[in-house]
Amino acid sequence: MAWFKKKKKPLPAAAEDRPRSTVPEGLWVKCDGCREVIYSKELKLNFRICPKCSHHFRIDAEERIRLLLDGPSKAHSTSVDPEDATAPPSQPEPVPADLFSRIQSTDPLAFTDSKKYLDRLKSYTEKVGSSDAVIVVDGTIEEIPVVLAVMQYRFMGGSMGSVVGEKVTRAAERALAAGKPLIVVSASGGARMQEGVLSLLQMAKISSALARLRQANLPYLSILTDPTTGGVTASFAMLGDLNIAEPGALIGFAGPRVIEQTIRQSLPDGFQRSEFLIEHGFLDMVVARPELKATVARCLRHFA
Amino acid sequence: MVLADNAFEEPLIELRRRIEELEGYPEGSDHAKELEKLRVALAKQTAEVYGSLNRWQKTLVARHAGRPYVLDYIDHLMEDWVEIHGDRRFGDDPAIVAGFATFRGQSVAVVGHQKGRTTKSRIHRNFGQPRPEGYRKALRVMKLAEKFSRPVLTFIDTPGAYPGIGAEERGQAEAIARNLIEMASLRVPIVVTITGEGGSGGALALGIGDRVYILEYSTYSVISPEGCAAILWKDQSRKAEAAEALRLTAPDLIQLGVVDSVIPEPLGGAHSDPEVTCQRVGEVIEKSLNDLAPLEIESLLAQRYAKFRALGAYEEK
Repeated sequence: MAWFKKKKKPLPAAAEDRPRSTVPEGLWVKCDGCREVIYSKELKLNFRICPKCSHHFRIDAEERIRLLLDGPSKAHSTSVDPEDATAPPSQPEPVPADLFSRIQSTDPLAFTDSKKYLDRLKSYTEKVGSSDAVIVVDGTIEEIPVVLAVMQYRFMGGSMGSVVGEKVTRAAERALAAGKPLIVVSASGGARMQEGVLSLLQMAKISSALARLRQANLPYLSILTDPTTGGVTASFAMLGDLNIAEPGALIGFAGPRVIEQTIRQSLPDGFQRSEFLIEHGFLDMVVARPELKATVARCLRHFA
Repeated sequence: MVLADNAFEEPLIELRRRIEELEGYPEGSDHAKELEKLRVALAKQTAEVYGSLNRWQKTLVARHAGRPYVLDYIDHLMEDWVEIHGDRRFGDDPAIVAGFATFRGQSVAVVGHQKGRTTKSRIHRNFGQPRPEGYRKALRVMKLAEKFSRPVLTFIDTPGAYPGIGAEERGQAEAIARNLIEMASLRVPIVVTITGEGGSGGALALGIGDRVYILEYSTYSVISPEGCAAILWKDQSRKAEAAEALRLTAPDLIQLGVVDSVIPEPLGGAHSDPEVTCQRVGEVIEKSLNDLAPLEIESLLAQRYAKFRALGAYEEK
């Protein structure tokens, strides 16, 4: 077993500001925050937060679901799709299956760069295990029934194309039909270039669905995690009744590199981080991962 | 020698120059025949050139500084123009123009991106790249339109929302997002016309409506061809290739179901005859306002929802 994991190349569609490891493997992990070496089991037990500097490592959508929803014993109602048991065997607790895993991209532009878009999707599906960059599930948070959509950053940088747009829209419509709160956890580099303008219009589609949710006085909580940029920030991520972010998350409209190229100067430390956004009034709270579930539940009890 | 990107226009410019030269001569001279010949040649060549533009060339036409901008449409089509200013929060953004005007007998709200034509005015208008206060001003005029039951006309022509430190500090993303949810639920008819560059979120923030039209040589895209090429191939010069891949021109958008119809431009593009362009846009807007006026607000909103709800390409396996 390797002591250190080799640094992977950044994902192609990721709007990365600096290379970071996403899911740590191997025995020891180097923290991206403080550069300290951490024992990976310790990291895992600590919600993947660095025990030395509290840097929040990025986590997988399934891990996120496990973190937020009540476990199977408490689960309210989960319409499990039998042919879609995607939970890897190594994970002890199964999470509810993705409600809309059958929705798949059709490559409307016949887009090819170094690789055909459809091939790219296929390899991500194999590597990541989800059909696209968001998973939608039913569940309960401290016994409050919710519809939860969680973005999967490892899938093409969490980029939003037609499938993400459709699934988040359906999540909103499902919450509306059931009279439940909607929770969306964002982690995305923005709109997916490979689907061109159709990706852009997903912002309009999701926002329209959120308008209906608002009309019905149903709560919508947006949870922003590292990173949330581009079209995702400029649509549903910023539209929560409450916008809650994890500490240190990169959140913005334009990526830092684009801004640097435009203004031709380097950006100040902490620019576009959660703490910067709350200071400027665009977040309601910055909540550490261990307190996230309880915080969401407390908010929901005030609204529901 | 590498030809400039807009080399396709050069023979036309040359012909136009010669025509203008001859037009300067006194009448009755034997230049008349020559002039007539040149005019025919120009028409023929223009039709040829514009009939075979590739996607990158159309992108350049969409960016042509001679195209009408929102203030030109107001000038050519409307009366009693009252411009409003400021977002009541931070400042006024000259990259977006907003106000009320009389359009063919009825009072309407008008919002649009404004670019400049001289260096000074380009800088003043920030090259048509709005900051958050621009979007918030736009929203102000739209909410006023709702309050006073006036239809909203938007004119889209922007490279994109401005990527700067101040824009981020003041919530560029939030400003765009807010416009999307508010436009989706605005209780008056909205007619959107893409008149030049439809640059990503910065364009979409004025882009939700009951009708969406596009001028023949306009574009609408998630990213500029340059930006796309820089990401895909780390090479901005492959922008023509990127433009092809992005399918960002009017006919593409019809095919993708993103726009309702294409407004034809005069021979040689909107910049060759702004007056005719404005009138054609005016006809289309007038007709759609007439079509939308009798609709009950609830069914209007239901149709608007269905329109954007349907966008996207996916299959359910």
